[in-house]
Order: sequence, then structure tokens, then C-alpha cells
Amino acid sequence: MGFVVSAIVVGGGLLWIFIRSLRGKDVDRRIVFGFVGITVALAVLFQLKFGEVATPIVKTLFEKIETLPPGSKIVISYDFDPAMAPEVLPMANSFARHAFAKGHRVYFFSIWATGQSLLQVTLHDIIEKEFPDAVYGIDYVNMGYKAGNEGVLNVIITDIRKMYPGDVNGTSLDSIPMMKDVHSLKDMDLLLSIGGGKPGVKEWVLFAGDRGNIPTGGGAAAVSTPLLYPYYPKQLVGLLGGTKGAAEYESELIKRHPRFAKIKTPALDMMGPQTMAHVVIISFIIIGNVSYFRSRRKQANNG
Amino acid sequence: MRMTITQTTHSLSRISFLSIILTLSFFIGVSQLRAQESDTSAIAAEQTQVPIANLGQITVTAADSPDDNGDRITVRWIDPGYRDLNGFTGYEIFRQSTTDGEFVLIGNAALVDTSFLDEKAPTGENFSYKISAVIGSQRQDSEASSPVSSVVQWFNWGKISVVIIGLLVCSAVIYFIETAKRGKKLFLRRIAGLEAIDEAVGRATEMGRPVLFVAGTQDMDDVQTLAGLTILGRVSRTIAQYDSQINMPCRSSLVMTAGREMIKEAYAMAGRPDAYSDDMVHYTTDEQFGFVAAVNGIMVREKPATCFYLGAFFAESLILAETGNSIDAIQIAGTAMPAQLPFFVAACDYTLIGEELFAASAYLSNEPKQLGSLKGQDLGKVVAMAAIVIGVIAVTASEAWQIDSMTWLADLLHRMFAIS
Amino acid sequence: MRRQVPLFIIICVGWVLLFSVFIPPMESWGEEASLFFDIIAVFAFFLGGGNLIRVHMMKVSRKSASWGYSVVTLVGFLMMLYVGLFKIGNPAGIGGSIDAKGSWFELMFTFVMSPLQSTMYSLLAFFVASASYRAFRAKNTEATILLLAAFVILLGRTPLGMVMTAWIPESFSIFQIPNMAIWIMNSPNLAGQRAIMIGIALGVISMSLRLLLGIERGYLGQEK
Repeated sequence: MGFVVSAIVVGGGLLWIFIRSLRGKDVDRRIVFGFVGITVALAVLFQLKFGEVATPIVKTLFEKIETLPPGSKIVISYDFDPAMAPEVLPMANSFARHAFAKGHRVYFFSIWATGQSLLQVTLHDIIEKEFPDAVYGIDYVNMGYKAGNEGVLNVIITDIRKMYPGDVNGTSLDSIPMMKDVHSLKDMDLLLSIGGGKPGVKEWVLFAGDRGNIPTGGGAAAVSTPLLYPYYPKQLVGLLGGTKGAAEYESELIKRHPRFAKIKTPALDMMGPQTMAHVVIISFIIIGNVSYFRSRRKQANNG
Repeated sequence: MRMTITQTTHSLSRISFLSIILTLSFFIGVSQLRAQESDTSAIAAEQTQVPIANLGQITVTAADSPDDNGDRITVRWIDPGYRDLNGFTGYEIFRQSTTDGEFVLIGNAALVDTSFLDEKAPTGENFSYKISAVIGSQRQDSEASSPVSSVVQWFNWGKISVVIIGLLVCSAVIYFIETAKRGKKLFLRRIAGLEAIDEAVGRATEMGRPVLFVAGTQDMDDVQTLAGLTILGRVSRTIAQYDSQINMPCRSSLVMTAGREMIKEAYAMAGRPDAYSDDMVHYTTDEQFGFVAAVNGIMVREKPATCFYLGAFFAESLILAETGNSIDAIQIAGTAMPAQLPFFVAACDYTLIGEELFAASAYLSNEPKQLGSLKGQDLGKVVAMAAIVIGVIAVTASEAWQIDSMTWLADLLHRMFAIS
Repeated sequence: MRRQVPLFIIICVGWVLLFSVFIPPMESWGEEASLFFDIIAVFAFFLGGGNLIRVHMMKVSRKSASWGYSVVTLVGFLMMLYVGLFKIGNPAGIGGSIDAKGSWFELMFTFVMSPLQSTMYSLLAFFVASASYRAFRAKNTEATILLLAAFVILLGRTPLGMVMTAWIPESFSIFQIPNMAIWIMNSPNLAGQRAIMIGIALGVISMSLRLLLGIERGYLGQEK
């Protein structure tokens, strides 16, 4: 029902614009903006949903976490800000869920000042609610934020304590059980960075993964994903690109771990609005070309 | 300034590594895929039940880890089949120092591991190692390894190929700088974006509106910011001469300080030091989209006639350029962020693509020393292109016709360009 | 002297950092330099904050155009600073983590900053639409190829692409839109990206060498 209403409203509007452009009237940018807004709003309102299947680049990362022996040490770094959060926070939540479900030890880092606050969402909504038995200091630790961008990685690849004498609360690392056998990032089994800016996944690859020969993966905002493809599969185990990558991971997580069948799937939910927005953009490109060819023919006739 | 140095050098080493990976990563990818296949099959080996007594001992060897500053010993072992037994949970690694004589547990290794890196083995001291396979409550110990000590290496031989390629490119750059200094004329193709600077500033002067300059959204630690600031020098000098106005919002306070210095100097050189004001360059916020909101606000309120976006940009590139487009500003952009280039190309009048941004200072100054460095850079391109072509031929011939010499050549190139 | 000192530091630390990559005993020197950077980065926050207050205070006192915005900026800045510095409402008191659940700072971050930033980021959706409407015109052969590639990618990044081409038999699955999108991203796009990146990498090497040799001084404000 929702899809039909959306299709009629959006389709009808686009047809009207198409006819206008055929009559030689240009499309104002505000009409474009308005249409994108209405389309996304309708898709959100009617909760349009589509299925997703994990592509190889997502699946290899999933398999990596899946096949690591329980108790493996995984770093999850929150390298993003609230702006990127709707796109990449679902990835971070999925990684955390998966790692906890498999019994891995998780080390949360952040080399973006804003990442530390966004980590609270995962700690509160995912770990405290879905994994109430997880114990701080034994199953997970929050290392907090340190200023210095990739300089931080440059140091902790050889010695974590040099940069982090304590965790986010100032507790000495030596008194945290899961830090006992951790000297540097080289003691980790997998590094996961979630970001989309600098420093981000690329810096984790260049300054930590490559230098320490540690498997590295992560997720990035769609706009910066093309930059990271060259690192796959040699330097990146796998990569989640934008909402689609996050949605693929969520669908794989639900498929393989039935305990997550009822979880919230923000990325899968966002694919509906994204699909509709793409359709509108494609329609506008077609309309733009029609009016371009029309004006060119007119010019040729006049000339 | 210390940051500049640190970051510049980081960028140098980082980007040199990057270039090397990229040059031949297509066939590294092929070999990686093969490696993955064999890894998967190894892991997938079915667990079998064999009596422990029939398996024999684990063989252990220990050796100094290569290419490091000492303190590290790599322990390797060959498992005759304990890992395939039911109840096997992993290995325990024990170390004996020749001075205290006791074997002490120093770490654990997972099921799939065949090596362990001891990072706390003081240089010069001798150590022996033992491995214990843990099967349920039982332990199966290996013989002790021969004593070994860690040694300081004075050169990281694993990076020798980087040194060779780096030296080659750097020598070419220095050679052409010297050639140019001797007075040889070097051809430089026209870069439209840079040619348009005067025209763009002139337009702002005629319209009586300011010029907006954004030196990227990264700090002084990014070499692109330095390139952007270099162009700022030229732009602000023209602005000072034309008696136009400049507005430079900054996301970093260090960029703000550097920007002020440059503009102040440009005004002094134009003979109008009084016209300079510190307010021309101001800090907004470190937050990416807070900065975008601030710049967009300036654009909409002040309606600058010309906008320069030169430096490193992320997702904000299109928001800035489209807003600039909506106020009919003439826009000149330049970045070395490949993902943002399409947005700038779509929305701006001129775009400096990647290396053109770095070439700008040489182009604008026309100094022989700087021009020479561009020519040297071209030689680097020739090397990269040759390596790609030879690599493609070698891998294709090796795969299709199993020619041994081609396999050897492909391996050689792989070793040269792969990062260990 | 104002130029020579920074230049000297650049050249010295630059070469030290370069050598620290290749000479293991010098590795710790590189780390020390990184620590210096971190310390300076922290102090830079004061520089920026001070400038922000000065510029906007002046705008308010002079009643310059749109000075109202400056008031909003100052109030926001000082409020966040006060709440964060004194950890107002922090359940663990002054010793607790700055963003502890329930603290005012956390509330302002979650309910003011996050939505504002997300709003700015979401503008991209609108600008991508208007930019593609304007830029993707089949003006010539190259532009037409670009246009077709854009269509495939846009459809391939959504489930719609699969729905539209699900009828294509498995043996011709490469012609299914999502697979074509993956091919475009992984082959022509990646090749182009790599070419640009190699060019950029060489540009950076050349620029870095100019910096290390002291040839490039434009960013220090010294131009002829």
C-alpha cells in the first residue's frame, strides 16, 4: 500500500516535471530538492523495505569475525562524527554484536574526539541491553579518545601504554584483566575501523595493519568507499561501504545468528529511502538530458 | 611548524608506500586470492581423533626477528597433528633465560597459529623456548629450542625496494632541479585553473564582493593544506594589488595562523600593509559539518564573487561547491582526494586534479628549482608505467603459458612492490 | 631568522622521520616526534577557541552585520565549554568520563550536536541530486559513457537493480545490474583511481622532497 502511494505521488510529480521540461521549462534546483525530500519522507513514512544479500567484500569480513577462535582480541575504533553516524553507526553496532556473540574480547578505541561519545550509544543500546553478562575489563574495554590523529596509531603500534596509561575512566591498564597480555596493537587479532574521514580506515591500514601485519577491516561512509577499494583484499580483509554495506552485514548477521532475528536493523530500514532517492536522481538525470537535447535541437533549427 | 615537518615526512613515507602498493596491486590481488583459497582449505581440514602417543613431538625453532631494533625473537613450531585432536584449545609458549634457568609461561597462541613473537627478549640475552599443546586437561610439551638472542639491525632490509625506488625518483627530481638551475628551459603544460586566478580575483574586484578562500578542511599535517596555502600566497598578493577583500574561514587554528602570516606578507609586499586585518582569516570550528555550516552561512550572507577550495576535502566538497554555484560565484577547486574530484569537476568552473595542486607552487613561481622537481616527478611516472606494463605481461605470460622466466619476473616485481 | 628557524626544524625532523622508517634503532625517534605533534595539537585548541571568542565578541560589540549569529555562536561555545569543563550533571562527579551517561555534556552532544551535524551531512542527498541533474548531460561520447555508468551504479547500489535484472539467467549473471555495478567499481573505476593516486603519490613525493630540501617555502609566507 505504502509503495503504491509513494509510486503514485513521486511518479506523478516526475511526470509533471518531465512534461514541463518537454515544453522547454527549466527545472529549478528547489524543485529537485523538494522532490528528493518528499521521496525520502514517503519511504520513511511507509517503511519501504527491500531484501539484501551480502556481497563478497562484506562476506569475507563477516567470515573473518565468525571464524576467529572465541576470546580473540578485536579492536573496534569509532572514527566518525554524529554527521556520519546514521550511515556508519549501524556498522559499528553490527561488529560489536557479532564480536560479543562469538565471545571475542573487544577493545574500543577512538581517534576522533566525537567517536568517544558515539561509542556510548553502542555500550548502552547494544552491550548493556543485549549482552548483560559482558563484564567490563574482561570482555570489553573502552580506551577512549586521544588527540593526535594517525600519530596515535604510530605510537600504539609499538606500545599502547605510552599513549594510554589508563582507559577512558583513568583506570590503569595494568589493573584491567584483558590488558594483561596486550602490549601493543600487534597483539590484536583483528582491527576494525569505522569512519569516513581522516584519520580513518586508510590510516589504520597504513599505520597499524600493514606495519604490524595485523588483519584489518572496517566500514566507511559511501562517499569515501571508492578510495578504499584498492586496499582490498590484500590490506583490507573486507569493507562495508555506506548504508548498503551496513545493510548487507545486518542481513548476514540475522541469517547466520537467529538470536538477532528481532534486533533493530537501521541500515536495512534505510535502504528503502535510499532506493527511492536513487530512482528520483536517475529520473532527474533523464529529464535533464531530455531538456538538453531539446534545447540543442532548437538551437540547431534556429542556427 | 613542527607539525608540518612531522606530517610532511609521514606523507612522504606513507604516499611512497601507497604508490608502490598501487602500482602492481592487481597481480598481488591474484596471488592473494590464491593464498586465501589454500588458507581456507587448511582451516577446513576435518578434525580427526588420533591417539596422542602416536603423534611424536612438536618441533620448535627460535630465531632473532629480522629488521628490528632488537628485543624480539620469533618462535616457530611444526605441529605433527595435535591441533586436529578433539579438545585441542591452543598452545602455550614457555621461555627459559640462560641466567635464571626456569621455563616461564610467556604467552598463548591460537589454534591456527604456527609462530609467536616474543617482544620482551632483551637484546644480547640468550633464551630457549618450549611449546605446549593444550588438549583438554593434558599438555604435550616440545623439546626446548636452541638458545638464541635478539640482535639490533641497523637497516630494515625488508624495505630495501622502497629505498631503491625512492632514491630513483628523488635522484631524478634532484637531477632535473640541477638541470633547470643551469638554465635549461623546461616545458610545462598549461593549467587552466591556475591561469584563471587573476581573472577570478579581478571579477570579485569589479563586482565589489569578497573572495572566499578555503585551504581544505585538514590541518597543517596534510601536505595538501601546504599546497593550498602556497596558492593562497599568490591569490592574496593579487587581492592586495587589486584592493579587493578576502575572507578565509579555517577549520584548524594552525592553518589560521599560517594563513594570516601569508596574507599579511602579501599585503606588505603589495605596499599596502595597513589594508591587512587579522579578521580576514578566522577560526570557525574543528567539527567538519559545523565548519561547512559556517562557510555556507558566509557564502549566503556575503555572496563572494569568487570561491577557492584548495586543499584536502571530504564529504563537504559538494555541499560547498553547490552552495557556491547557487550564488553564481566563479569557483576554482583543487584537491588530491580522488573521491571528491568528481564533485568539484561537476560543480566548479576549474578544478586542479591531484598532482596539479602540488605542481601549483612551481607553476606560479616559475622558479627553475621548482620546475625541475616536476620534471623529475614525470620520470617517476615513467617507472610506474613501465612496471605496470611489464607486470601485466609477466603475470599474463606466467598464467597463460606457464613460462618460468615470466613467473620469476612476476615474483620479483611482486617482492619489490609488496609491503612486508 | 623568522624563516630560518622553522625551516631548520622542518629539515631536521623531516629527515629524522624519514630515516626512522628504514633504520630500526631510530624508530623511537619517530615516535617521539609523533608525541610532540600530539602535545602541540592539544595546545592548538586554545588558539582556535581564543580566536573564535575574539572575532565574535568584536562583531557583537560593533554590531556588525548579522551580529545575532555571533551571539548564538558565543552562547553555544561558552555553554558547551562550561558544561564539559566542570562536568555538570555528571553522575560520577568531576572525576568521571566527560560523556558519562546522564551528564549535560552527553545530553547536549546527543540531542543538539548530533542532529545538527546529521542535518548538514544530509544536505548531500539534495546537492548530489542537483549536481547530477546539471552535470550528467550526454554532451559527447565520453559524457554519455559516464552517464550510463552512473545509471548502472545508482541502480546497482539498491535492491531495485537486482529486481530489474533478476530474469537474466545465471550463466549471464555479469549482465545483472548489481554485478555490472561491482565490475564498474572494481575494474574501470579502480584503474582510474589508481592512476590518479599514483600521480598524486608522485606529486607528494616531489613536494615533500622540495620541503625537505628547503626549496618549497611558499607556505612559510616567503614569496618573491
